[in-house]
Amino acid sequence: MSAQPKSAPTPSEPPRRFSTISDMEIKECYTADDLDGREADAKIGKPGEFPYTRGVYPTMHRGRPWTMRQFAGFGTPRDTNERFKFLLARGQTGLSTAFDMPTLMGYDADHERSLGEVGREGTALSTIDDMAELFDGIPLDEVTTSMTVNCSASIVLAMYFAVAERRGIPMSKLGGTIQNDMLKEYIAQKEWISPPVPSVRVIIDMIEFCTKEAPRFHPVSISGYHIREAGSTAVQEVAFTLADGLGYVEAAVARGLEVDDFAPRLSFFFNLHNDFLEEIAKLRAARRLWARLMRDRFGAKNPRSMMLRTHAQTAGCSLTAQQPVNNVVRVAIQALAGVLGGVQSLHTNSMDETLALPSENAVMVALRTQQIIAEESGVTNTVDPLGGSYAIEALTDRIEAEAEDYINQIDKLGGIVRAIELGFPQKEIAEAAYHFQRQFDRKEKVMVGVNRYQNDEKPSIELLRIHADTEDKQSARVRAFKAARDQARATARLADVRTACRDGQNLMPPLIAAVKDGVTLGEICDVYRDEFGVYRDPAWL
Amino acid sequence: MSADPRLRILVAKPGLDGHDRGAKIIARALRDAGIEVIYTGLHQTPEMIAEAAIQEDVDAIGLSILSGAHNTLFPAIMRLIKEKGGDDIAIFGGGIIPEEDIASLKQAGVREIFTPGATTDDIVAWVRTNVHPRI
Repeated sequence: MSAQPKSAPTPSEPPRRFSTISDMEIKECYTADDLDGREADAKIGKPGEFPYTRGVYPTMHRGRPWTMRQFAGFGTPRDTNERFKFLLARGQTGLSTAFDMPTLMGYDADHERSLGEVGREGTALSTIDDMAELFDGIPLDEVTTSMTVNCSASIVLAMYFAVAERRGIPMSKLGGTIQNDMLKEYIAQKEWISPPVPSVRVIIDMIEFCTKEAPRFHPVSISGYHIREAGSTAVQEVAFTLADGLGYVEAAVARGLEVDDFAPRLSFFFNLHNDFLEEIAKLRAARRLWARLMRDRFGAKNPRSMMLRTHAQTAGCSLTAQQPVNNVVRVAIQALAGVLGGVQSLHTNSMDETLALPSENAVMVALRTQQIIAEESGVTNTVDPLGGSYAIEALTDRIEAEAEDYINQIDKLGGIVRAIELGFPQKEIAEAAYHFQRQFDRKEKVMVGVNRYQNDEKPSIELLRIHADTEDKQSARVRAFKAARDQARATARLADVRTACRDGQNLMPPLIAAVKDGVTLGEICDVYRDEFGVYRDPAWL
Repeated sequence: MSADPRLRILVAKPGLDGHDRGAKIIARALRDAGIEVIYTGLHQTPEMIAEAAIQEDVDAIGLSILSGAHNTLFPAIMRLIKEKGGDDIAIFGGGIIPEEDIASLKQAGVREIFTPGATTDDIVAWVRTNVHPRI
């Protein structure tokens, strides 16, 4: 290869811009002048101390590695159970459940709206028997389980508690997380049943119930992941996620809950995109801003109420169908940013996820990537090794300040629920997504193998195919389940749920009773549709 | 350069999933290219989409599917459109769709499928060349 003389830019060329993937302009070099002088040290603080810029625990990953938690689910509950066991046998340390679209939108597998979608994007789940099969042979009191489900989360959690009880495990011993963050559904992921106000009521019921009965369970995982996947910038991801969090805290306090009783069990979920430094700074900024907001707005006194503890997942939208093996490298860089950013739990995407749900081979490489970072790279030997870097600290300051500006704007609109009703975060994200797309189209933003360094070869990696008979098998199973139950009891239990929807009593006890007596997820969601109304996409462009 | 100003396109999002980033970007890019765009919003049934296409008298339907249900949804929508007398409405789409499914969908009459990495310029150019006002 011959050395090419570097050509000077011609005068007609505009000066090259250096910006993050969120299009935040970056300086050539950061120095002490970019930080707040002598204030900087106090602002950054120490790991495990307010404002938690450097991490929520003093020893971070030296003390305890993050939980390796691969999001998994496809086909029938049995198929997913087998995948769980495959992952646990290979060193995974927690479970994370993906449900199919019918479950996520509140339809049973035998409903006509479920046609073509059963078991496609996650596991099918309509009944307590499905839940029992999903976690068959898995020690629920030892493994913590995360469940990604939102508008039907109350029912899924009721089923989980009921299955544990069947096995003699009390709710108080169950550890895990249910996503249950409806505000970000209206903003980004867009799986819903009812409008925001009744949806938040159900979430507060769950926070209230878990605080008393299942104190080891995280009843909501306030999620920026989907906001970012929908095309937001890093700043918007922090801003809208924390604004959602503030919305839940306000609603719980308005219910009469004590902030320090429930806030320690709020957890978060962030995206890990390609821009390495921006992502590390984003996580640090989010922690510092949340700590300050919890202390100053709600008078939180328990340090745990101020700690932003988070799961993170590498960015699905960054992966490419072209040259899919390159995705292994992207995922490794993103996961490393998560670890250096101080996450408590991590999912690494599989290389084949733009093409299908992950195959066993692909998911194993993804898990091994985490293990290599944890046990070979050495980055966990010291806490927050990038703390004090001029560039990282300056970016952290900037993301924090810009996110806070957004939060103030949302306050002026009347809070996050009102902002969502007005379409404010939705439109801001659509704008950012379109801006990125145009930058990509003009090749100002590069995706290797897609708009630069393309090959003509077709990818040749094996893909997971969902068994063609999944839908028929699963809907037959649901029909048989319904036929076999005590109909009178099921009907009475469903009526109790309806009463609770109307009179405002906490929904969790009647939900648990209902699922035990064979009421299905779709039947309860029909009651929600009746009682709380149906939310329709405002279809803003 | 803008497309035939008489063109009307329905951008539709069938199925239960909420992945509307692509649909919204395409709708906006087509609109910026001077095409009249009607966006259905999320969670549409095949019946709702066929109904909207006929009522709005569109020349083409762009379907965005990322749920894996493309082999069910494309044929259902095409059948309903045909039943309602819209045989000449061009149907194209995009999303997470494996190579072998693209071949069979095209055989079934889907005019084009765009997969991740396609630029908005590619899609607008395809529409300009391949979609014409229905007489």
